[in-house]
Amino acid sequence: MGFKDYCFRKSLWVFHFGGASCNNCDIEILDCLTPRHDLERFGILLVGSVRHADVLLVNGSINMRDKDRLLEIYNQAPKPILVVAIGACGCTGGIFAEGITFAGPVDKIIPVDAYIPGCPPKPEAIIAGIVKLAGRK
Amino acid sequence: MALNLLYFFVFPGLLFVATAGALLSWFDRKITARVQFRKGPPLLQPFYDFFKLLLVKETILPKHGSPFIFLLAPVFAVFGATMAGVFILLPLFNISTGFKGDLIVIFYLLTIPSFSYITGSLASGNPLAAVGSSREMKLILSYELTFLLLIAAIIMKAGQKFDLNSVITIQQEGTPFIRSISGVLLFIVGIFCVQAKLALVPFDMPEAETEISEGIFIEYSGSAYAMIKLAKYIMFFVLPAFLVALLMGGFRLEGINILWAVLKIIGTVLLLTLIRNTNPRIKIKQAVSFFMIWMNLLAVIAIVLIVFGY
Repeated sequence: MGFKDYCFRKSLWVFHFGGASCNNCDIEILDCLTPRHDLERFGILLVGSVRHADVLLVNGSINMRDKDRLLEIYNQAPKPILVVAIGACGCTGGIFAEGITFAGPVDKIIPVDAYIPGCPPKPEAIIAGIVKLAGRK
Repeated sequence: MALNLLYFFVFPGLLFVATAGALLSWFDRKITARVQFRKGPPLLQPFYDFFKLLLVKETILPKHGSPFIFLLAPVFAVFGATMAGVFILLPLFNISTGFKGDLIVIFYLLTIPSFSYITGSLASGNPLAAVGSSREMKLILSYELTFLLLIAAIIMKAGQKFDLNSVITIQQEGTPFIRSISGVLLFIVGIFCVQAKLALVPFDMPEAETEISEGIFIEYSGSAYAMIKLAKYIMFFVLPAFLVALLMGGFRLEGINILWAVLKIIGTVLLLTLIRNTNPRIKIKQAVSFFMIWMNLLAVIAIVLIVFGY
């Protein structure tokens, strides 16, 4: 692993995309940044603009209206970008998988690097997933 | 010539101020984390952030904008910050430049980063960046007069000396300016000006990330954003050092006094961080009236006190 990769995995900046979510995953993602879990000790920051992002967190079921927006956000992000699907809805579609407005799980729209299942996943599970993602290669 | 290049690029210049500023920015993040009962990032975190942006990430150019100015603005910001750093740090490290009147030059050089952020964000063609840059302009209009009054008061207190070298010498032969009533008032004014110049939290409306999502920096990515980060690190060291030079008697570089010099800088940064962590973001209107009325009033009172010898 070279110097570039080392710097990249020590400083992952996260941009959060919420699809048609029930808000439970959003709350658990925010929990990761609170004093109890503190993702900043791994160098992870939540950024406001997708131009600064290294990781795109996607949660919630992606319906037909979200699909275009997700593609737009993904195309606007500077590469290399890692995509993480969070929660049952992001990974497989969950209970919305057979709904009429459902546009497929995240990995049918954009390439996904890590899946964190759960409804919602615990903050510990999200941290474990992100640390495994950072230690990959 | 070779010596000047050494001054600009290595010792008081780019390499030194960038390293010191990055370490101070780690200190700021660590203290912020400790205030919120978190653990905080590792020591080399600012370097990881910088090299990741510089080497790994792709730089995206805006479609409806001027790519040339967009890419040139961060370079100008780094240049302005480094030049200001060289002019401030040469007298601080007792290297005589023989330049009478460098306080005025420093004042202008310190505004270059803010102006380049404004130019760069307006060149990106993003509406949120336009909102951010209009706020940055109003912020500059509000704090710049106060900063000029601060420098004028220092010049009067030093006995009409316009160069930083004699300001520091006068303080080291007599007492530091902060040990008088007018000095304390000027220090309060100076801390708030530095807070606004660094765009830290009570005055971070130009880059309010929850409101206009990073505002002036919204379109920057990759190595252009790395340059902006570098300019921010440099300013984080240069502005507290300027305050130390103006009011706290600068550095003495023998024996135990080196530790004392480091403590002065760290104490100033600690104060800035604590102000940042205990205040919410204010509106731009409130910032203008805060500087235009209250801080200017404080600076004028300090000047009157200096005339009467306090």
